[in-house]
Amino acid sequence: MNPDQRGFYTLLKKEVMRFWAVLGQTVSAPVITALLYLLVFAQALSGRTIAGYEGLSYTQFLVPGLIMMTVIQNAFANTSSSLIQSKVMGNIVFTLMAPLGPLEWFGAYILAALVRSVLVAVAMLAVTLIFVRLPIEQPLALLAVFLLSAGSLAALGIIAGLWAQKFDQIAAFSNFIVTPLSFLSGVFYSVHALPAFWYTASHLNPFFYMIDGFRYGFFGTADMPIALSLAWITTFFAVVSAIAYWMLHTGYRMRK
Amino acid sequence: MTATMNTSTLDALKIDAVQKSYGSLQALKGVSFSINRGEFFGLLGPNGAGKSTLINTIAGLTRATSGHISVLGHDTVTDFRTARRLLGVVPQELVFDPFFNVVDMLRIQAGYYGCGEEVWPWIDEMIERLELKAKRTASMRSLSGGMKRRVLIAQALVHKPPVVILDEPTAGVDVELRRTLWAFMRDLHSQGTTVVLTTHYLEEAQEMCSRIAILDKGEVKALETTGALLGRHPFRFLRLKLGEGAPLPDTLRGLIASEKDGVVELKLEIAKHPINSVFAALRTAGVVIEDVHTREPDLEDIFIELTRAGSAA
Ligand SMILES: Nc1ncnc2c1ncn2[C@@H]1O[C@H](COP(=O)(O)OP(=O)(O)OP(=O)(O)O)[C@@H](O)[C@H]1O
Ligand SMILES: [Mg+2]
Repeated sequence: MNPDQRGFYTLLKKEVMRFWAVLGQTVSAPVITALLYLLVFAQALSGRTIAGYEGLSYTQFLVPGLIMMTVIQNAFANTSSSLIQSKVMGNIVFTLMAPLGPLEWFGAYILAALVRSVLVAVAMLAVTLIFVRLPIEQPLALLAVFLLSAGSLAALGIIAGLWAQKFDQIAAFSNFIVTPLSFLSGVFYSVHALPAFWYTASHLNPFFYMIDGFRYGFFGTADMPIALSLAWITTFFAVVSAIAYWMLHTGYRMRK
Repeated sequence: MTATMNTSTLDALKIDAVQKSYGSLQALKGVSFSINRGEFFGLLGPNGAGKSTLINTIAGLTRATSGHISVLGHDTVTDFRTARRLLGVVPQELVFDPFFNVVDMLRIQAGYYGCGEEVWPWIDEMIERLELKAKRTASMRSLSGGMKRRVLIAQALVHKPPVVILDEPTAGVDVELRRTLWAFMRDLHSQGTTVVLTTHYLEEAQEMCSRIAILDKGEVKALETTGALLGRHPFRFLRLKLGEGAPLPDTLRGLIASEKDGVVELKLEIAKHPINSVFAALRTAGVVIEDVHTREPDLEDIFIELTRAGSAA
């Protein structure tokens, strides 16, 4: 390992250790939330089927969306909370003084968020097996959508973490942007069931394509063609990554 | 030309016309100086002088508005990786990461610099030298302020940098630890490390540093060897314990530097007020002297002189 690689690897390890130390909390919280959703919604709506997803129970339809919604929120939380904490605590100087370039920063933060996303997704999938079995019709598409989506939210978390100067601002970013957009993206319903305005609006929401594309990976069918979903997600990933990278490169609100 | 270039790469630190503005406030107004390899250098100045701003700019924590800095010839912006590997900085703020324990924190910090297990013995040695052995696996959160300061010092040294900058390492540190730190810094220095120190304890700077820069309001007010700085103002202090007799004559009252419990201290310019003439004046006035004591000016006197002159100008 050359020194730059070791620097990167150490930063990645530190970012993973942060949530690993509280692994129970990191994984059990989203799993419990998901179970509650399943108990409430799936029981209440158990008789229903979803237009366009014939042959699937509502519970089956629900699980991929729930997992992706949780991944979206966790990937965002991982990078944004780490950055705001070290900014507020002041210990960000330890990494700022180190010979780490923007690429190492970007890579380490994104990868750590991906590790957490995988853990959360696998745990949720394992627990929901009690209720439903899901096919995996398109594993490659599933993986691509998963990685690009989690990566996008991790990059968005970097943007928020660098931009924010207080915990409140991260909470606001999360509560007013990430959570509503992830809820309004067809987790609980097919967008075909929506009134015209919301139907159109959904199509401008990148989270919608993440959830729809993820569902495609499981069922081989979805509201949107997978190529369109992947194009949206890839573009979104490219845009937020470019912004996050630029902020790291210029030391935006870090190197004053 | 080549000769100058060679000499300049020998500088441990080269600070070239560095300006830093925070909005309308000019924290550094074009600071230039160099620190030689192997020097023990003191950076002094009153609160808000710009010492930490300069150090943070060297460390890459802040960006200079203009100007350049290099560490052993490596520019801190264009060649930041090499420059930062050659540099260890102890920040003034007592920052720590509550997630980790002492030894993990130090190993992680070493990793950022590309150092692996080969520096673990050095880390253990520092833990020992800085008297942190009992706290080796204690959470950073649980340490006292002075202990956190010691970890910060160790953290700056994990990668064995040839240039070390300590921003007030002895602030809030007890007497015993201060001695430990001094011994530790002297050892580092004797092994060839260039050490730059800021402190508000001027006797500390006087004792440790071979050269001193005094910064005030973002400008270098003095840059000299400690000896030259001490000899710079040819004055000395004459302390008199006055007995029952006539008061001090008016001609001497203007020279009073301090006055307390019947002891007055006169500040004499050697050329202008020879001791002889002062005693003559005292005798003529009928002043009774119980005790006499002279004192050479120390760094504190010179510091006050320089920074006061600065504010008048
Ligand atoms: N982030 C910042 N934003 C705005 N002004 C700042 C910032 N950091 C420092 N300053 C200002 O720059 C000036 C120099 O501050 P600096 O911390 O460098 O002083 P110092 O010499 O280290 O003082 P001290 O001895 O108190 O540590 C001060 O007027 C300070 O208020
Ligand atoms: Mg300071």
